[in-house]
Amino acid sequence: MAEPAATRRPPTAAELEGIPLDEREAVIEVENLVTHYGDRKILKDVSLAVRQGEILVIMGGSGSGKSTLLNHLLGLLKPTSGTIRMLGKDITRISEREYTEIRKKLGVAFQGGALFSSMNLLDNIMLPLYEHTDLDRTTMEIMARMKMEVVSLSGFDRLMPAELSGGMIKRAALARAIVMDPRILFCDEPSAGLDPVVAAAIDDLILSLRAATGMSVVVVTHELESAFKIADRICVLDKGAVLTIASVPEVKANPDPRIQNLLNRRTEEEVLDPEEYLRRLTGESQS
Amino acid sequence: MAQAKAIGVLERIGRAVAAGMSELGFGAVLLGQALMWTLMGRARRQPVRLSAVVKEATDIGIRAIPIVTIMSGTIGIMLAIQGIYSLRIFGAESKVTLGVALSIVREFGPLITGILVAGRSGSALAARLGTMKISQEIDALTVMGINPVRFLVAPPLLAALVMIPALTLYADFIGLLAAGLYISVELGQTLAAYGFDVVDAVQVPDLLHGLGKSVLFALLIVLVGVINGISVTGGAEGVGRMTTRSVVHAISAIIITDMVFVFVTTR
Repeated sequence: MAEPAATRRPPTAAELEGIPLDEREAVIEVENLVTHYGDRKILKDVSLAVRQGEILVIMGGSGSGKSTLLNHLLGLLKPTSGTIRMLGKDITRISEREYTEIRKKLGVAFQGGALFSSMNLLDNIMLPLYEHTDLDRTTMEIMARMKMEVVSLSGFDRLMPAELSGGMIKRAALARAIVMDPRILFCDEPSAGLDPVVAAAIDDLILSLRAATGMSVVVVTHELESAFKIADRICVLDKGAVLTIASVPEVKANPDPRIQNLLNRRTEEEVLDPEEYLRRLTGESQS
Repeated sequence: MAQAKAIGVLERIGRAVAAGMSELGFGAVLLGQALMWTLMGRARRQPVRLSAVVKEATDIGIRAIPIVTIMSGTIGIMLAIQGIYSLRIFGAESKVTLGVALSIVREFGPLITGILVAGRSGSALAARLGTMKISQEIDALTVMGINPVRFLVAPPLLAALVMIPALTLYADFIGLLAAGLYISVELGQTLAAYGFDVVDAVQVPDLLHGLGKSVLFALLIVLVGVINGISVTGGAEGVGRMTTRSVVHAISAIIITDMVFVFVTTR
């Protein structure tokens, strides 16, 4: 019997080289995911897969459901129906204890960093090691500093999160996300709100991390330039549904007007039913 | 029209009751989980860290000593003044020690400590958790596989369960001492004689009565702070709103629980 994906040694970047994406094992498989906020359907039959060593960028406009999808992948929300297989296990059905073991193999860089304001930078980055390993403090500090070196934050050990710039916060969040050498890295809007130079540096960092470790990366962003630079494939979401999952050239060539509107930063013209318009004016229709 | 209004009022009452019951249930779950992590955390390789408990104990207990000293001393003197004034009507000023000692140990020591800690630490806990929630720090803990209840709730709960009874004993001592100083000046009684009167008046069950209440207050302060902190929505304004709500709810809960406790154990 094959060993479960969650416990098997992940392939290195070198081992993955030359293997086409479609032939690689899926580390995340989402099937027919449906979710509601109250009566509103937010995700509509979303299905996608993320392969070993792949960078999948999830794109979409505001309200497209990309943040909701990410929260489902991270186990922060429970879907109405559908399955999410993470490293071979359906996380919608496993116990919290089992999911905790899987979470140790995931790294997450939140949009705002989500660094703990009461801890300095070194303690923030070291926290997963402190909580999940029996290493002595000196070893943990060395490991954390190695990751800080990777994200160019060496020498800032004692700074508190409030003393960091936007770019430093994003890099610190990445360092904490990779400190346990995760199998899958999730990045929520990694370059949003940064100047173009720092944003490009973050993109390069994600690419170099993938190249060095062979980890899979899921990036949620609405930054087109960043998505085109780092993505192996792009998943375009619109109103909770997947429009396409394809390589960058294929997405760019896709004739779907909703995709072209997104890529060309055009607002979609809304065809409004007169009765719906009247309901909106009278306040009867609230989204 | 009147019927629709009445239904509207009933609906609002129903929703408020349902929300209250939901918060009570949430509090019970939090308490259960915090105790479970305290007892089973090590076996699950996620222990409640002693360093975190000590840090919380310092915040809740040690840093509250100055304000508890001032408030309990003031209340001790106030009780002595009022006691002497009331008893003078019957010419029984010499019995003031009995009333003051029992009032402080059974009532004012735990109550004033509970209210002060609710104002200082309960509100700080609500604000801290609220800020952590809106900046996704609680989500970050969850996705790192670190249970937020074990990491954020169990340490202040354990610290409060130790420090609030300890502060209560301290408040009792300071209140009695301040009252004794006033009585010795006002009635010309020596402090030693006052001390003997206190020891005669206060029995072990009286001390346990006050300490029992302080344990309940500790649970209420932490759970009300956590529930309000976790329920924050809407950014900085939401944090401010829930922090205020936390203080009001915690102090109200303390006073109501005090009355129920006294009713059940004293009659």
